[in-house]
Amino acid sequence: MKKSLFTMEHARQLTEDTYELVLSGDTSAITAPGQFVNIALPGKFLRRPISICNWTDNALMLLVKVVGEGTKELVRCVPGTELDVLSGLGNGFDMSLAGEHPVLAGGGIGIAPLYGLAQRMLEAGMRPTVALGFRTGKDAFYLEEFASLGSRLLIATEDGSLGTRGFVTDCIRAVPECDYVLSCGPLPMLKAVHALPQLKDGQFSFEARMGCGFGACMGCTVPTKDGYKRVCKDGPILYKEEIVW
Amino acid sequence: MVNLNVSLAGVELKNPIIPASGTFGYGREYAELYDLNILGSFSWKGTTKEARLGNPQPRIAEMTGGMLNAVGLQNPGMDAVLEKEVPNIAKIFQGPVIANIGGFSIDEYVENCRKLEDVEQVKILEVNISCPNVHAGGKNFGCDPKAAAQVTKAVKAATSKPVFMKLTPNVTDISEIARACEDAGADGVCLINTLLGMRIDLKTKRPVIANRTGGVSGPAVFPVALRMVWDVYEAVRIPIIGCGGVSSAEDAAEMMLAGASAVEVGAANLKDPFACKTMVEKLPVVCEKLGVERIADLTGAAHR
Repeated sequence: MKKSLFTMEHARQLTEDTYELVLSGDTSAITAPGQFVNIALPGKFLRRPISICNWTDNALMLLVKVVGEGTKELVRCVPGTELDVLSGLGNGFDMSLAGEHPVLAGGGIGIAPLYGLAQRMLEAGMRPTVALGFRTGKDAFYLEEFASLGSRLLIATEDGSLGTRGFVTDCIRAVPECDYVLSCGPLPMLKAVHALPQLKDGQFSFEARMGCGFGACMGCTVPTKDGYKRVCKDGPILYKEEIVW
Repeated sequence: MVNLNVSLAGVELKNPIIPASGTFGYGREYAELYDLNILGSFSWKGTTKEARLGNPQPRIAEMTGGMLNAVGLQNPGMDAVLEKEVPNIAKIFQGPVIANIGGFSIDEYVENCRKLEDVEQVKILEVNISCPNVHAGGKNFGCDPKAAAQVTKAVKAATSKPVFMKLTPNVTDISEIARACEDAGADGVCLINTLLGMRIDLKTKRPVIANRTGGVSGPAVFPVALRMVWDVYEAVRIPIIGCGGVSSAEDAAEMMLAGASAVEVGAANLKDPFACKTMVEKLPVVCEKLGVERIADLTGAAHR
């Protein structure tokens, strides 16, 4: 973990409530896709934990959904704004465990960390299938970016306005050879993915209201089969066998 | 050169800055970030006899100027702390440790104190009779002067270490509780624990925190804590650890002027993991501005 200042480079609106942010700064503490940053905002006591979409040596890319005052303020930061950021938090995905036929399953804003993950898996010579779910076609974002990575891309929307009508689980059922999942999205989605019989194992990214974000306050602990775990420090990635719903 | 040494019931601290219980775990997470030996002490996570899983999620809410928590004394239990955490603390911090002790009965407090008797590095026992987030989690003891005195007396009889009683602000007159602890033999008091509060989510129209209520902490409670430290300083002769919303070296100095001999820093660590380090580094400058050569001279100076 590192505490440092990042500078807002640009914010781009992707859908009604979703934005892409690019910040410049020292990303050396980030070690794996699926980790997150915790951003201090003026006037807010607690930091805002945001999943890392992608990063380079000196740039950080985030996809942010506006869910309250803090995130609203964050996406409104003008270029040049300096933000106090704790970077490289959490365990992140371990792509070395993903096997021959991994599927990356994301829902809504939960697709964010799968972008950096997919890119790194492809760079490592792996061939992940990416399955993304949204409520409707107009809620969908980052499809071109995912498509340009070059991995197999499956889309589901609940109303059928884009891709398969249904859920991300319907996409995964259509690729029965995929037996390992790396997943991030809303809790009901994670639960449905977790229950797919074709999956031998997998990694699931969880969300929680956090106090500190670095393991000190016990604000975000959840029960697992392996005892209580801190979503911020022992997670946010939990493994299939340990998860208690 | 400003002298930052302070003394708590005969225990010498190299400076008055102490991370508060519940915001610093057993030191592990912060030891990855900086050398803990710059700290005066640290108060470890409230530890009960048995392991406790704590309250359901969500446990955290935000507010203007602070936060609420209802962690619910989650901890691995005293035996596990002795086995796994105490040896690690010895590696990451060589100064005096404050052991925060939770309990649900007088017997439990006593047993926990006995178990720490031979732990050399624990120099002070901080007895939590004030957790707002656990049913009967000590709060019942902290709200009644007689009960507070009973715990104090029992614990004092079970240990040779200095005993500081950690007091709740959720009472009509905190001075009365502090006096009862002093009369029962307490070596000091630590105040305040969190203020009981709640938030309601406008989207769901339900309380944000699953436990319904939580403890309020952060800069917003600082004036309340300061006033209580002031009152207790007027009421007792034993040393006070001032705690509540301290976020800067200036706040720490203010807390000492009100009567604190040392200062605990809680929520500030969660927002800025380097908060205590920054305070320790800035204290000499603050003292110079105040014109004091010994920081200990600040204690209670606003009363004179």
